[in-house]
Amino acid sequence: MPLLWLVLTVLALAAAGFFVARQRALASAGGEARKLHSLPSYYGFNAVILTIAPAMALIAIWAMAEPTLIEWRVSGAIPESVAADPGARSLIMADVRRIAEGLNTAVEQGALTAEQARDIGGNIAEVRAQLAELGILLGSDVQPEVLEAAQSYRALGTTGNTALTVLALLLAIGGFAIAVMKSDSDFRARNSVERGVLTILVAAASIAILTTVGIVLSMVFETWSFFGMYSWTEFFFGLEWAPQFHGGSELGLLPLLWGTLYISFIALLFSVPVGLFAAIYLAEYAGRKTRAIAKPMIEILAGIPTIVYGLFALITVGPLLRDYFAEPLGFGTSASSVMTAGLVMGIMLIPFVSSLSDDIIGAVPQSLRDGSLGVGATKSETIKKVVLPAALPGIVGAVLLAASRAIGETMIVVLGAGASAQLDLNPFEAMTTVTVKIVGQLTGDTDFSSAETLVAFALGFTLFVITLGLNVLALYIVRRYREQYE
Amino acid sequence: MTDAQADGRPEGRPANSILTPTRRMKRRKAAEKRFKLYGMIAVTVGILALVFLLTSILGRGLSAFEQTMVEIPVELPAETLDPEGNRDPAEMQRVTTFSYAPLVADALADVIAAEAIEIEGLEPSDLGGFISQEAAAQLRNFVLANPEAVGTTLEAELLAGGRIDGYMKGRVTMETAALDSNVSVEQLRLADALEEAGYLKTSFNWDFITAPDASDQRPEAAGLGVAILGSFYMMIVVLVLALPIGVAASIYLEEFAPKNRLTDIIEVNISNLAAVPSIVFGILGLAIFINFMGLPQSAPIVGGLVLTLMTLPTIIIATRAALKAVPPSIRDAALGVGASKMQSVFHHVLPLAMPGILTGTIIGLAQALGETAPLLLIGMVAFVREYPDAPPEGFFDPASALPVQVYNWTQRADPAFVERASGAIIVLLVFLVLMNTVAVILRRRLERRW
Amino acid sequence: MKDERLTERSVDMKDIKIAARGVQVYYGDTHAIKDVDVEIQDKTVTAFIGPSGCGKSTFLRCLNRMNDTIDSARVEGDIRLDGEDIYDPRVDPVQLRARVGMVFQKPNPFPKSIYDNVAYGPKIHGMARNKADLDDIVERALRRAALWDEAKDRLQAPGTGLSGGQQQRLCIARAVATEPEVLLMDEPCSALDPIATDQVENLIHELRQNYSVVIVTHSMQQAARVSQKTAFFHLGHLVEYGETGQIFTNPRDTRTESYITGRIG
Repeated sequence: MPLLWLVLTVLALAAAGFFVARQRALASAGGEARKLHSLPSYYGFNAVILTIAPAMALIAIWAMAEPTLIEWRVSGAIPESVAADPGARSLIMADVRRIAEGLNTAVEQGALTAEQARDIGGNIAEVRAQLAELGILLGSDVQPEVLEAAQSYRALGTTGNTALTVLALLLAIGGFAIAVMKSDSDFRARNSVERGVLTILVAAASIAILTTVGIVLSMVFETWSFFGMYSWTEFFFGLEWAPQFHGGSELGLLPLLWGTLYISFIALLFSVPVGLFAAIYLAEYAGRKTRAIAKPMIEILAGIPTIVYGLFALITVGPLLRDYFAEPLGFGTSASSVMTAGLVMGIMLIPFVSSLSDDIIGAVPQSLRDGSLGVGATKSETIKKVVLPAALPGIVGAVLLAASRAIGETMIVVLGAGASAQLDLNPFEAMTTVTVKIVGQLTGDTDFSSAETLVAFALGFTLFVITLGLNVLALYIVRRYREQYE
Repeated sequence: MTDAQADGRPEGRPANSILTPTRRMKRRKAAEKRFKLYGMIAVTVGILALVFLLTSILGRGLSAFEQTMVEIPVELPAETLDPEGNRDPAEMQRVTTFSYAPLVADALADVIAAEAIEIEGLEPSDLGGFISQEAAAQLRNFVLANPEAVGTTLEAELLAGGRIDGYMKGRVTMETAALDSNVSVEQLRLADALEEAGYLKTSFNWDFITAPDASDQRPEAAGLGVAILGSFYMMIVVLVLALPIGVAASIYLEEFAPKNRLTDIIEVNISNLAAVPSIVFGILGLAIFINFMGLPQSAPIVGGLVLTLMTLPTIIIATRAALKAVPPSIRDAALGVGASKMQSVFHHVLPLAMPGILTGTIIGLAQALGETAPLLLIGMVAFVREYPDAPPEGFFDPASALPVQVYNWTQRADPAFVERASGAIIVLLVFLVLMNTVAVILRRRLERRW
Repeated sequence: MKDERLTERSVDMKDIKIAARGVQVYYGDTHAIKDVDVEIQDKTVTAFIGPSGCGKSTFLRCLNRMNDTIDSARVEGDIRLDGEDIYDPRVDPVQLRARVGMVFQKPNPFPKSIYDNVAYGPKIHGMARNKADLDDIVERALRRAALWDEAKDRLQAPGTGLSGGQQQRLCIARAVATEPEVLLMDEPCSALDPIATDQVENLIHELRQNYSVVIVTHSMQQAARVSQKTAFFHLGHLVEYGETGQIFTNPRDTRTESYITGRIG
């Protein structure tokens, strides 16, 4: 791995820089550390930072940008006659990459010499045979243009690699030299190191922003190209969801949104009263012993992964509801249903609602309780008429957060709700949700140029916007509520 | 004693004795009791749900840790297994599992004949399905590893078929077998007879934990080895990336960040990221790491990166709470003896906050370990039978993950996979319990009160 | 013997409203109130004074069993309201608190309208037969708390929007709206400015016409201004109890004297 070697070289250089710079600083102060501005090791760390940081930054940027750049240049060089439309072009590029990688592997394993690999252009059948021997199978006949593109792909890769090595080493050596030259007793090495560390800290903090930007970018472009293929009015207002493999799909959001909201509603209908009352009981009534046992038990529910709830819905709750409710009452024969997913999701949300409510009820000042008890109210009157109304905004915020959780939940609905998109009121009927369809459209073989795949990005973007709206609103309400009692 | 009425008190509430409750008071007491009862019911519902969930999973999954084996002598004839006669494993590799399968069936037939077991209606074809199809592959692997065994008779311990295994565990009964095209009642009778003769035994199923996944037809051979390894690799990636980045970000936000718009935006961002649906992170991983950066599908590195981004908010929130809990007097003391702000943070505040940070990190890791949805989108659902290499190359090899393996098995037709999936959940839960226990112990041991 | 002492002290012979004998209060292992005997008269303002942490607030909270809300608190001894033991197991503290109202240190109006704040107690006790009745009760309580003129035009405004002094008077109105017989006030002026304090003190004077008022205060001047009887607490003991004038001019116990002259506390 040449990249690994490059990184190791830079690291070794940095280690050397540490000792050299420290030594030089000490020497300039006549061996007396007290005369230095900073502790000797700071001179060393300064050298480490100056050696590593620029070189590593270059390597990182290069690693991210290089494939895209090469791809773009090679793909641009493929003549129109070979690749008519973008879809065909992307297929051909996949071939180009496979051939290039195959040749590289061949050279690595010693099956071909570097020259042979470069000159192989003449005999296309030979290429196929040789690659097949290495376990790389080419689907279609290799056209000469494709082979040519593959060779230029390899050449660009090699050139790029050499350039990167030279540049990175130059940067590392330059940083090393500057740090070592600066290391004398007057140099404020500590301040310099601290500036470097602060930069790293800022960079770490901005990853949060980068993630959000990444989320938005990852969906915006694909959503955009989806709306290029499929009308946005039909997506947002379509009443039917029926993807077809050969075009003519109906990709209406509404049935999915209905299923999502229906299931979330049932989940909240179950979890909000249970969670709220559990929080009230544990905070206001339960003795210390009961609290010490019951509270952790309910919190365990929060630590259980959603796949476990999904399996629980699939193998236990679904059949149970079908056999004891849906079938005897004539509501249907499906084990996966809105009710199954809703109930199990409700269980999942109990600890979420109860711990948020607990925080919020706890934030209501004791003086209000005292005031109510002082005029002769019972505990429950105090809770119902003073504590809960005072906590109402906070509880609304908590319910909104729970709703956002429910809407974005995936595994429970994938395993418990079913896959048929329909607008129905019967809660024992199988329905499907936005998240189920995102999973459905993006797993398995996906073709990123078809509307059926790209619709997943539009669904994801819709989901993101809805949950983001709920979260922002909820966090705003909760924060306002907290400030009120602080 | 009181002269309430004389004071011009309204007649609404006569000042009666506090020892005798008024009728209204009794009603209010009843309302109080009802309210308390609702609370108790709510708590009970929560606890019952937990108990029900755990018993349902344990009840179905514990049997996955046991496996029925058939112990019979199998002849390994040289003429079929080593046609060249030179015991060269490279040559013997040409003999496929198809040649081994009859050996297993023959061995079973021999045993039946030797024990004089007679079962009405037992077809020769029933013998083939009695033992797992995986058994032939097992046998072949054994022979290739021990070429000298060819020509001898091996006392083999072979996996019983999935339905036979289910029968021994009580999952399959004579009634269900009658309706099932994959198993016949005669095979079950044979199982009874063989068990009586001592050829069938149940043992702890190590393969379930170490073996790779198996195909749809052989649930009895499916294991979690690749999934556990994949999950482990992802946890390494998450730990190596999320801990330093999360701690660095928290230190900046808590100790250095100026109060300005940018800081505000970062703060709001982090609390929002904590609530973004996990599947959205999957889309991010698919679009950025796989489609844009060209990282391989199904690779632990991609899973690890996605889970890192998901775990960061948890770690940042926990770390900031831990940093906040360190009293300002410590910072003042360090600054007072001439340390720089950076030194005071790294030498004093950070070490004191470490227990809280570690606890938060472990809880974040536990969350990441159980996360499924985003991994589905980055191709971790693929059927992977090869163990990934050792790191760092192994991070780029295809692998599965524990929760995804569970999902995978739930999508298979054979009901025996339900047992496997539940068993896999038990393994997952054991890991989670271990991690949380470590977190609790850390908190108890190292917690400091100011 | 106690009765003899009482006759010595009492100037105007009024009814005993609350009689406490041998009261002990424990918070977990801490012995907060040690063997306190006291008799509180009807239609009198009784002040509890003493250095902070002396137990005066704790004792006050025993009188309407507000200590019940603290898990670790334990009360022993005998406290009688009109001759009935308030710690009798048959007693519902809720019913007791309807007769022994309380005003707290910090104004704590509910986050509701002024009207709803005052109407809260009467509503839960079912004191009003209809809306007009309730309006009457609210008006009377607000008048008694000297808040009617300021609040009558904005009864639906939130109680939390009032000034500190107004809030405390609102809390007093809330407490008197249930027509208690005894009003306990736990440092009701400690969070108020001097002008608001003056208003509340005037109010306490008025309230004496109808209620027995017990006030815990930090300020000796306040005790001297508003009360007829004063009890001095120190380290959980009731050191001295008597006519306010006598306590401030001629204390019998040296500890009382030290506190009043500012040597301890």
